[in-house]
Amino acid sequence: MSGISLLAGPDRNGPERFSDHMARLGPLPPDAPSLIDVLDRSGLRGCGGAAFPVAAKWRAVAAQHSGERVIVVNGAEGEPLSRKDRLLMQVRPHLVLDGAMLAAETLRAERVFLYLGAEHTGAVRAMTGALQERSETDRRRTRLVTAPVGYVSGEESAAVHFINDGVALPTTTPPRPYQRGVGGRPTLIQNVETLAHVAMIARFGADWFRQLGRSGSTGTALLTVSGAVAAQTVIEVPQGVTLAEVVDAVGGTSARASAVLLGGYFGGWIAAEQAWDLHVDAASLKTGGHTLGCGVLAVLAASRCGVIESSRILTYLGDQSARQCGPCVFGLRAIADAVHSVAARRADANDIARVRRWAGVLGGRGACHHPDGAFGLLHSALRVFAAEFSAHLERGRCTLDARAAAA
Amino acid sequence: MTKQDVLAVDRIRCDGHGVCAELVPELIELDDWGYPIIGNAPIPDAIRAHARRAVSSCPALALRLGVPE
Repeated sequence: MSGISLLAGPDRNGPERFSDHMARLGPLPPDAPSLIDVLDRSGLRGCGGAAFPVAAKWRAVAAQHSGERVIVVNGAEGEPLSRKDRLLMQVRPHLVLDGAMLAAETLRAERVFLYLGAEHTGAVRAMTGALQERSETDRRRTRLVTAPVGYVSGEESAAVHFINDGVALPTTTPPRPYQRGVGGRPTLIQNVETLAHVAMIARFGADWFRQLGRSGSTGTALLTVSGAVAAQTVIEVPQGVTLAEVVDAVGGTSARASAVLLGGYFGGWIAAEQAWDLHVDAASLKTGGHTLGCGVLAVLAASRCGVIESSRILTYLGDQSARQCGPCVFGLRAIADAVHSVAARRADANDIARVRRWAGVLGGRGACHHPDGAFGLLHSALRVFAAEFSAHLERGRCTLDARAAAA
Repeated sequence: MTKQDVLAVDRIRCDGHGVCAELVPELIELDDWGYPIIGNAPIPDAIRAHARRAVSSCPALALRLGVPE
């Protein structure tokens, strides 16, 4: 699959040195006051999960009446199925730093924080080394902080909270970070992949970025492909390609597939036969009720049980609650427990009716969207694995029985 | 003075005491764990005084009058 951008260049053998990076791509354009307009025309959206238009986010920060602004580079990557952010930092750290410095110049920010998942030691090492190769200006304004391990650590307000007070838990919004963030200053928080795209767009332009996409989509995306595929890997694809093309590009499926999990734990299940023709494009996926999220595509083999897999994810998300808001602490836990009892074949139709009722009244009632992400996954599971839920509830049967019988 | 139109809860502060639902059952019900479910409906004039009392009575100082999102 041609038309790659971020991962073009040398092989994935450790971090590209600053001198090599500059020789390959050339220097950043000097002072670009129109960069926000270029980003707008490029159609770039955030790659951390919410797919928010990047130009709009930068404009919101720029519009705040405050002298100093702050940039936070988000490399927390707490999603268990995602690998793309740490891979990018490990092989192209200077693209990320370029994007961060462009944001700092454009928004006149004096301080840049690299907020990286502490457990991603390879990425932390690569970014630390890369920073040492940069100019004194870049080094002086940049501080690297390591985020504690946790699903919610990467949430925007949690990142700000950690940098301000050492507590990586979400806070009540508003104020949102663009209004009052680090040190009370208007703060731009942007995912590492997003910033790397900015570095390329600033050099080669909006039109160049747009034409990288296919079928009317713009640019490229990093995806983490896992599950029942020939090669579990991070791949860069043109936006607009189909999920079938993505899976083909990693060598195809390794077993008959029943469903794919698109977007990670905050994304949703899609029945395999409906998934393959979908396009990698945040906007068109959203229209269809799906999400690209942080670019996770996990293929579920037909021999696995969708109820059990969903139960595992919901239990994990329940465990990862920041334990600050009642509806998340108690509601999400109750839902996870109930789905677990279905998976264990100890539940009946009343339990699942309760789960549906709970999910109906718990949405939108956390300070952050952690419970909402979990409920999205739950609804997709009830829909895609409806037959398996019924088999568990009504006949006490599980997809894994067939496999056990065959063994 | 800006018009304050809806009841809003700070989910992190809220401890599920349930006082609000007793004072303005027209606008607030409680979920299975005692945490308030508040619609986005504007506060009718007839119960505005009750809504204000609910705000001042919240033991966690989690309830406030706000403008709709």
